Amino acid sequence: MRVPLSWLREYVDLPATETGRDVQAKLVPAGLEVETVEQLGAGLKGPLVVGKVLTIEELTEFKKPIRFCTLDVGDANGTGEPQEVICGARNFAVGDKVVVVLPGAVLAGGFEISARKTYGRTSHGMICSSGELGMGDDGSGGIIVLPPEHEVGIDAIELLQLVDEVLDIAVTPDRGYALSMRGVARETAIAYGLSLRDPALLDVPAPNSYGHRVEIADPVGCDHFTARTVTGLDPEARSPIWLKRRLQKAGMRPISLAVDITNYVMLEIGQPLHAYDRNRVDGAIGVRRAEQGEELTTLDGVKRVLDAADLVITDDRGPIGLAGVMGGADTEIADGEIVAGPLSPSAAERAARGTTAVVIEAAHFDPISIARTARRHKLPSEASRRFERGVDPHAASAAAQRTVDLLVLLAGGSAEAGVTEVVAPFGPHTITMAADHPDRVAGLAYGRETVVRRLQEVGCDVQGQDELIVTVPSWRSDLREINDLAEEVIRLEGYENLPSTLPRPPAGRGLTERQRLHRRVGRALAGAGYVEVLSYPFVGEAQLDQLGLAADDDRRRAVKLVNPLADTEPEMRTTLLPGLFGALRRNDGRGSHDLALYETGLVFRPTGEEKVPARLPVDRRPSPEELATLDAALPRQPRRVAVVLAGAREQAGWWGAGRPTDWADAVQAARTVAAEAGVELTVEADQHAPWHPGRCAALYATVDGERTLVGHAGEVHPRVIKAYGLPERTCAMELELDLVERAGTGALRAPRISTFPVATQDVALVVDRDVPAADVERALGEGAGELLESVRLFDVFTGEQLGEGRKSLAYALRFRAGDRTLTVDEASAARDAAVALAAERTGAVLRGA
Amino acid sequence: MSAPNKSYDPVEVEALKPAEIERMRDEAVAAFAAAGDLEALAHAKTAHAGGTSPLSLANREIGALPPQAKAEAGKRVGQARGAVNKALAARQVELEAERDTRVLVEEAVDVTLPYDRVPAGARHPLTTLMERIADIFTAMGYAVADGPEVEAEWYNFDALNFVPDHPARQMQDTFFVQGPDGTSGDESGVVLRTHTSPVQARAMLDREPPVYVICPGRVYRTDELDATHTPVFHQVELLAVDEGLTMADLKGTLDHMVQELFGGEGMKTRLRPNFFPFTEPSAEMDMVCYVCRGESVGNPDRPCRTCGSEGWIELGGCGMVNPKVLVACGVDPEKYSGFAFGFGIERMLMFRHNVEDMRDMVEGDVRFTRPFGMEI
Repeated sequence: MRVPLSWLREYVDLPATETGRDVQAKLVPAGLEVETVEQLGAGLKGPLVVGKVLTIEELTEFKKPIRFCTLDVGDANGTGEPQEVICGARNFAVGDKVVVVLPGAVLAGGFEISARKTYGRTSHGMICSSGELGMGDDGSGGIIVLPPEHEVGIDAIELLQLVDEVLDIAVTPDRGYALSMRGVARETAIAYGLSLRDPALLDVPAPNSYGHRVEIADPVGCDHFTARTVTGLDPEARSPIWLKRRLQKAGMRPISLAVDITNYVMLEIGQPLHAYDRNRVDGAIGVRRAEQGEELTTLDGVKRVLDAADLVITDDRGPIGLAGVMGGADTEIADGEIVAGPLSPSAAERAARGTTAVVIEAAHFDPISIARTARRHKLPSEASRRFERGVDPHAASAAAQRTVDLLVLLAGGSAEAGVTEVVAPFGPHTITMAADHPDRVAGLAYGRETVVRRLQEVGCDVQGQDELIVTVPSWRSDLREINDLAEEVIRLEGYENLPSTLPRPPAGRGLTERQRLHRRVGRALAGAGYVEVLSYPFVGEAQLDQLGLAADDDRRRAVKLVNPLADTEPEMRTTLLPGLFGALRRNDGRGSHDLALYETGLVFRPTGEEKVPARLPVDRRPSPEELATLDAALPRQPRRVAVVLAGAREQAGWWGAGRPTDWADAVQAARTVAAEAGVELTVEADQHAPWHPGRCAALYATVDGERTLVGHAGEVHPRVIKAYGLPERTCAMELELDLVERAGTGALRAPRISTFPVATQDVALVVDRDVPAADVERALGEGAGELLESVRLFDVFTGEQLGEGRKSLAYALRFRAGDRTLTVDEASAARDAAVALAAERTGAVLRGA
Repeated sequence: MSAPNKSYDPVEVEALKPAEIERMRDEAVAAFAAAGDLEALAHAKTAHAGGTSPLSLANREIGALPPQAKAEAGKRVGQARGAVNKALAARQVELEAERDTRVLVEEAVDVTLPYDRVPAGARHPLTTLMERIADIFTAMGYAVADGPEVEAEWYNFDALNFVPDHPARQMQDTFFVQGPDGTSGDESGVVLRTHTSPVQARAMLDREPPVYVICPGRVYRTDELDATHTPVFHQVELLAVDEGLTMADLKGTLDHMVQELFGGEGMKTRLRPNFFPFTEPSAEMDMVCYVCRGESVGNPDRPCRTCGSEGWIELGGCGMVNPKVLVACGVDPEKYSGFAFGFGIERMLMFRHNVEDMRDMVEGDVRFTRPFGMEI
């Protein structure tokens, strides 16, 4: 809502010295968010005067037509002589009154006017357009042509009200009343402790039976309809400057007198109005729901197919307007004001098409119905914006009266005596509230007297002592509950005066185990050199194709968005890898090549069993069964962790060579994560997209007693690397963190530390190449028995001497007892047992044996 | 090696003459002094203090002396040997110190060499900022709560008093999720949560009051990414439901948070009336600019870039939990009241750490994230 300060002063006697910023400082604490205070005409300096065009000489030797004009500017130029001015616009004729800026003047933006040579003449000033004067678009497409009654030489700064301040207020959705001068003036009056001249306090004639007939078929959709008729309008009548200027300052474009008046009254009182050309309305005006598929061409020229839920205004032929949203083109009022052009109609034609009689509609419609219609037709209008947010149903008659008055005053019309009012009876809204309720909400004792006074200021009627019976004013449909009333009191008493106290919550438990784990995992990965990424979870089919997922891969079953930002990414991620790949590629492209990235976050896995939930109540706690239907509508959303790596894991430097990233780093990252949960992963070879089929590890943990696949790690498939444009040999890991968490074994039991000496035995075992080292190690561990302290693979060797398809695994076995120093024989026996079991399970042969 | 010769007169034995002993001693001491390094000293030691050194040989001669001469000769030789050993030890210490000094100099390295063998990792500053905020409140007794990001509309809107078709529902540009049968339109009853408030509703339904929770998390709105907007962002919301909670408690809790996060004297918040469906009364909350502390206002000589010389920085929204929300979540509004607030973490990161472009937070460029390390 744009509020010109000069207009606001019409309703509140603000001190003359109050600036827009002063008013802003008063309104913001009261909850009217004045976002900016625009200074119109800042720096503007005359002489800027009314001039009359005396002569026009067309200069044709230039690329575009130029006019050399002389103007009568009265004594404004000091001499009374004609003022010679060059002008490029053409929408004026000899005898027209225009706005002339003379040398010595300064226009907005510091544009200084002086006599200057141009187009071979000297131009002593400029004929102004509305744009040059900062007035906003007036639709003229050229310079301003004033009504003839203004005298030459008078100051146009004042005439056009060029200097003003405009408060731009972002009105919150609950406070529809503030979408009017009336509402803002009321808040201003309260803030200053001044009285308000309410523009809706008008003498309105009583309704009678000879007004334009109105039939309301849907009293729920329309609970109030006032119709008034004005005849004898002069189609040639124009909006006066003051009216146009107020509309412009409020951000609306002047269109024609009748339309300008309805807009003006809407801005003033907040009641949207519509004026129908009476000669185009056929029979009674009706309000009903549209028939499905019915059509209406709205004022914007768009033919719309209506929905059965749309509320429409009708005449005998059918819909003539989308109620509360936009009128129809068929009954549009027309005036004689036609932009000059080669096809200008004759005066007679103008009179024939001009509207001379209008029916004014001032109605009140159901906010929700209007909101739905505006949304359905993607047609937010000034009217719908107000109806959605709440319009004062009691202001309709006054607004209609105000419109009638202005049409009579400015268009020479006469008001018909008929006054139609169709009103569905309803009582005022009353709230019973303990007088100290605002005190208890605020934590500050205002006292009953203050509470009552503040409520009265906003327009409430207040009765009662300890228990207040508060009747809210018709324009405050947002005041429904006791806390709404408390807010009125507290905001008017000033949020800034609230004390600052701290509640005392009961003793807390800190973070949960799960929350601690999430933090630990992040720290552990960052400690291992990984940098966290938070990527968007939006993916598309192309990305899943690039991952090389099979057609029936589960990760292709995704949550789909109705309104994605990009049509190419309409789905929610089922894996963290696409986002990480994107970040990896972006970093690589920007010159960072040695990369280790991680991300933790939710993935979205539809079960296929989701059901659309019924709309649950909000006036009570839903039952557990009802709440269960909500969760049943949602996909699984497990938390995962993933890493990607590329380039060097260890950089080369003065210390020596670097080490490129490899698959084992990715597996190690999984172990790092699992270790934070106290989980030991077991690893198996696997083939799983998007990993390299020969370099992919499946990761298992024991979850709830079951050996469970919890993720994969390894080198990324070369085809995926190519498709994504990733660095060669990119490696990746992804784990379902929720599963790893569940695999956690709880508090660690401390190991027993023996202080007896260690006995070390090394063994080299030769096995077939495809025997997993993990199997050999497990067999050694089990075979060695409890004397074994640790087993560590320290070398893997392949060579001709081992034979084709064989490899040698060299292990260091460390034995130790808790109660004695082991003898060589004891250690050797344990080693032999270990080797024997490895031989039995994996076919291992002791090398050199 | 000669055998003892009992027939010699001790005085006559050349090696045991006092002058001879002194000469041996002096020669030894001189040889040690002359040794330039530990190796030379080792040679000198063999020559002058070893088993075949003149003094050792002289010592052996003592046994052959007549008893009356033994004591005197023994004393003389013993003293000489003592002096020699002392000189040896002193020189040994001297030369070792010299050697140590030299070796340590030779072993010196350039300690200014850079070392980035495994470059440091880092956590995302949005993550660590959310944790830092959560820590402030867990220290006060709050619990951290989380919930699904694909959320039922009932939790995201209805339970929070977003009336269907009320304009407030359009304030937040919502991503709608397709229904299970693939129907488009916004009929599935499922959305990407537009705020972390549904976690508050879940928290109230899950626990008996009093409820004190802080809900950090990721939320979604259909904004295009630019320097100041992102469709995927993070919020922290707080909810307190207890008997007798007031707006003053809300204000105090906010003051406490900005003091903890921005430190120092004079950090406080300001409330301005606003509208949110889930709170009533509602307020917009600002904090004093932590850089200029308000001193840039009306002071053109000292403009503040952080707050644009406004003196205040907009934080987010807050208010007293709307009793309708309490009812929908099974809390008796006659007995309990609550307050809540929420704000965007991206914005806070921007003004707390002078981030100029929102895109830096979403693109995952390691050059942006690395300097933030493990904590913020």
